Amino acid sequence: MKQTETLRIGDREYWSRLFLGTGKFGSYPLMRQAVEASGTELVTVALRRVHLHEAQDDVIAHLQLPGVHLLPNTSGVRSAKEAVLAAQLARESLQTNWLKLEIHPDPRYLLPDPIETMLATEILAREGFFVMAYCNADPVLCKRLEEAGAAAVMPLGAPIGTNQGLQTKAMLEIIIEQSQVAVVVDAGIGAPSHAAEAMEMGADAVLVNTAIAVAGDPVAMAEAFRLAIRSGRMAYESRLGLVSKQADASSPLTAFLSN
Amino acid sequence: MSFLDEFQLHSWEEMGARVYSKTGTDVLHALNKRTRRDLDDFCALISPAAEAYLEEMAQLSYRLTRKRFGNTTQLYIPLYLSNECHNICTYCGFSVDNRLERLTLNREQLMQEVVEIKAQGFEHILLVTGEANRKVGVDYLEQVLDWIRPHFASVSMEVQALAQADYERLIRCGLSSVMIYQETYNSHNYKSYHPKGKKSNMAYRLEAPDRLGRAGIYRIGIAALLGLEDWRIDSAFVALHLAYLERRYWRTRYSISLPRLRPAAGYQAPNVTVSDRDFVQLICAYRIYNENVEISLSTRESPGLRDHLLKLGITTMSAGSRTDPGGYTLAKEALEQFEISDERSPAQVAAMIRSQGFDPVWKDWDRVLE
Repeated sequence: MKQTETLRIGDREYWSRLFLGTGKFGSYPLMRQAVEASGTELVTVALRRVHLHEAQDDVIAHLQLPGVHLLPNTSGVRSAKEAVLAAQLARESLQTNWLKLEIHPDPRYLLPDPIETMLATEILAREGFFVMAYCNADPVLCKRLEEAGAAAVMPLGAPIGTNQGLQTKAMLEIIIEQSQVAVVVDAGIGAPSHAAEAMEMGADAVLVNTAIAVAGDPVAMAEAFRLAIRSGRMAYESRLGLVSKQADASSPLTAFLSN
Repeated sequence: MSFLDEFQLHSWEEMGARVYSKTGTDVLHALNKRTRRDLDDFCALISPAAEAYLEEMAQLSYRLTRKRFGNTTQLYIPLYLSNECHNICTYCGFSVDNRLERLTLNREQLMQEVVEIKAQGFEHILLVTGEANRKVGVDYLEQVLDWIRPHFASVSMEVQALAQADYERLIRCGLSSVMIYQETYNSHNYKSYHPKGKKSNMAYRLEAPDRLGRAGIYRIGIAALLGLEDWRIDSAFVALHLAYLERRYWRTRYSISLPRLRPAAGYQAPNVTVSDRDFVQLICAYRIYNENVEISLSTRESPGLRDHLLKLGITTMSAGSRTDPGGYTLAKEALEQFEISDERSPAQVAAMIRSQGFDPVWKDWDRVLE
């Protein structure tokens, strides 16, 4: 089968463009099987779920798989200050300077705070973190995060956990067009077709959690996403045809030039 | 501006009429709505007219809960610090008029309890006291937080209503969340259940969640005690209160509890019976009304019922609870607040959760996040 291009973020290279969230699974073994079936090389885990102050942790133990990187996230923090402290602790206890930065002071829709995210990105990038910043689908904010040193921007497709698909499509297109760092569409992706759509648009990767974790068969759904993302990326690299509303058979306005 | 202003716009009778006038059409409208459900939808879902739609409500509640919270149930345990109390609450074992041995844990007794609770795997703890401001006041609570905070991922409290400055003090010491139950929103009868003590001031209690919100607490739990007054009307007021708090203190998470009255010293039977069917209807109604609110279930309920309720909208459960100070290590049942019903060990409850395909979550917070 044709290989698709690899994705470079920071100092790492990924074959898989599917990143996985690890919450909401019915058990750790099920989570692990889904991770394996998805072919992902990057899984994100909430610091709040990890026993950071102890040597052994059950979630982490179940995610230790060859070729799978761990991306701690700051879910639960409400400000840049809290995020920076959490990041420093994650670096210390998990020995990684990669971080998914998510700051959502709103606990209902978990929408990211652009101001605090911006401040934290500036600080953490200076401290040597590879920051992958969860943010709203705001093209200007994404450029500002890029300038602040983010390794990737993670604009949302829809409010997290809603499975609504790419509600922010018009903004995502601008973000993808303008970005010089990787664009990972995060949140709201509820079906493999949504993920394929993001890939066809030229997103560098997608992050999925709820749609897989809460599916009737999470392992099969993880594989369905793997296939859809591969398919969407291959279509993007193969250059999709332009979409047109009418048939394009002749050139009625310029045909006279060849007469 | 506080919830009191909004509360005073409604009367018990008007809220009752709003619930009891709902028809099957209103219930279907609430069930099939694609936009956010409002108080009238909630009233329809708890109305007698909705009884015929219980299975549909349960299915929707199940799906909404899984989507938002996944296949998980969070576990916590209460730790009773003291049964000293200067209030009379007619339904409570700690009531000052009950001849009961009184105990407030000292450091040594408390740390024994902590060791026992930690050995069972708990990371989320709920500290409970009566209301005795001299012995079990803010100074004592602050001291307790100082002793135990490093041992837990989160510490919640269910204690007397406090002033905003006191809440701020405790939050600085690592308090994550506070449960403050109104017991009843019926202002005609509130005083008859709480005839003596600071708790008899209904307005002060009603405004406690506002003070917590202003103090910047992470989570507030509200509830009506089920068994005092008409549960449908009281629950409609809880829903009103929740909507008010969410709009105003948008950084705070909310949880709802469903304490059904249990036998306790000096208290026999509830005024109002809330049947298991009613109870299921109420849980589902809260979930359908608010997809994001946490719903907590205690060991007041029986093992068989808890096993079934697990899937219907509950997000948080206690397990292995004792309701007496020192209950995990001193074991003096005569001190308890009320009788629990599910006496299984935490390990047994966790195994039950796993057997239903759910992940029992012991830790979903970290003190570093504060």
